[in-house]
Amino acid sequence: MKITLTVNGDDYPLDVEPRRILADVLREDCRLTGTHLGCEHGVCGACTVLVDGQAVRSCLMLAVQCDGRSVRTVEGLAGPDGEPHPLQRAFSAEHALQCGFCTPGFLMVAAGALEADPAIGDDPERVHGLVESNICRCTGYEPIRRAIMRAAAESASLRRR
Amino acid sequence: MKPAAFDYVAPRTVDEALNALGDTRRDVRVLAGGQSLILEMHLQRIRPDLVVDINRVAGLDRLSVNDGTVEIGALVRHGVFESPQAVPGPLGRLFALAAVNIAHPPIRARGTMVGSLAWAHPASEWCAIALALDAVIEVRSTGGAREIAARDYFRGPFQTARARDELITSLRFPLPAEDTGVGFIEHRRTHFCFAQVAVAAALTVHDGLISDVRIGLVNCADRPIRAHAAEQVLIGREVIVPAVGDRLPGGHPFARAGRIAADQDAAPLAEPYADPEYRRQVIAVLVGRTLRQAAEGVLQ
Ligand SMILES: Cc1cc2nc3c(=O)[nH]c(=O)nc-3n(C[C@H](O)[C@H](O)[C@H](O)COP(=O)(O)OP(=O)(O)OC[C@H]3O[C@@H](n4cnc5c(N)ncnc54)[C@H](O)[C@@H]3O)c2cc1C
Ligand code: FES
Ligand code: FES
Repeated sequence: MKITLTVNGDDYPLDVEPRRILADVLREDCRLTGTHLGCEHGVCGACTVLVDGQAVRSCLMLAVQCDGRSVRTVEGLAGPDGEPHPLQRAFSAEHALQCGFCTPGFLMVAAGALEADPAIGDDPERVHGLVESNICRCTGYEPIRRAIMRAAAESASLRRR
Repeated sequence: MKPAAFDYVAPRTVDEALNALGDTRRDVRVLAGGQSLILEMHLQRIRPDLVVDINRVAGLDRLSVNDGTVEIGALVRHGVFESPQAVPGPLGRLFALAAVNIAHPPIRARGTMVGSLAWAHPASEWCAIALALDAVIEVRSTGGAREIAARDYFRGPFQTARARDELITSLRFPLPAEDTGVGFIEHRRTHFCFAQVAVAAALTVHDGLISDVRIGLVNCADRPIRAHAAEQVLIGREVIVPAVGDRLPGGHPFARAGRIAADQDAAPLAEPYADPEYRRQVIAVLVGRTLRQAAEGVLQ
């Protein structure tokens, strides 16, 4: 099937079988290997990307479902000049990654929530819910929670300025 | 594993979807949120010939209230119900208490309430709520439309009264009385697991006496259960809730209802990490706690 995915602002005209999941098409056809696949069961969250701004599991979505939709992956977080996203800076500052396998998924689930509602930092419960969405086998989650809170606080102070 | 090959259509109207579903010689599956279907396709336990993606069908995402009834279209996602204001009154509060137990935010952004009813997992929160609150399931096929009462709908694990060529277009819930108290409590091993046991309750009180009570049991049998026997011992009873922090005494009607729900209404199956005896104990405790939560809502 012929489809067009808009990934991080670039159009990718593709010819894909309906059975192929979004994650595989991003990795193999678009050559964007930042999106990781862990469980392929919707459990681990490593594959999380934004589709039309909403965080979803790219292992539980078909690429053909995303025809004409806008997809954002971890490669799309940094600014045009390569400047890291506030979340990426915060993950680095808080040591919120060790092996890094889970990191793209955590970054995207947090980016989706933060962009939809920049005030999530005021609601630690919600941040807790986001951190619970994904699995990390290294960090113990606490640094990830701190990083998301830090990025939220930073973007809140930017908005006040 | 990866899904086996299949044909794919993405209709724009309900009629187009029904025509595609009408091809009963092939294994045709509706794709709603895909949060169960695509997983089953990965595992190749389901290998459809044709997938009918309803996500582009206009109008199915409608959530409307009229004449004391809430109508929930086939594309209303779980996440919508996290806000207690999505649906008015006690029903909205009950949905919000339950919704946060369903997987996690990215799954709730895709999965649908109607899809949960279509899938009929015995541990589905929505299925037990639909049963306890007398929801009506609206289905359509090329042959016409019909309504199925939730009490006639569930036939076993993943088995329902829906025919293969029928699309569930929406679900209807009657709005409970404004002063109804609601409760929902779930027990599960980890955040990623389905419920080991969960209980939904709605309690209406007139002049201090219980005039209506509904108890829905999640994963307490091979299908959702309404705890009729437990409800019977509560009707007409006075509502006395122990002070915050105090335990429910063994002879309290809520505790007795819990015991009866566990011993008479439920038929728990053995699961890894939870044999039936253990699960009966959890059911008894959770029914008591959920009724207490609902009663606290009434008295506030
Ligand atoms: C990690 C994880 C954890 C989960 N935890 C829970 C949980 O705790 N509790 C819970 O209840 N669920 C849980 N789920 C399942 C999730 O709630 C699904 O969203 C839900 O079971 C199905 O809804 P869906 O819209 O995704 O349906 P789909 O996956 O699209 O479809 C499921 C089935 O229903 C059929 N179907 C769907 N819509 C219709 C329709 N309108 N008419 C006719 N047939 C239809 C499909 O053909 C398919 O056979 C979990 C899923 C994952 C991946
Ligand atoms: S790979 Fe998608 S959730 Fe694990
Ligand atoms: S950093 Fe290794 S899994 Fe999270």
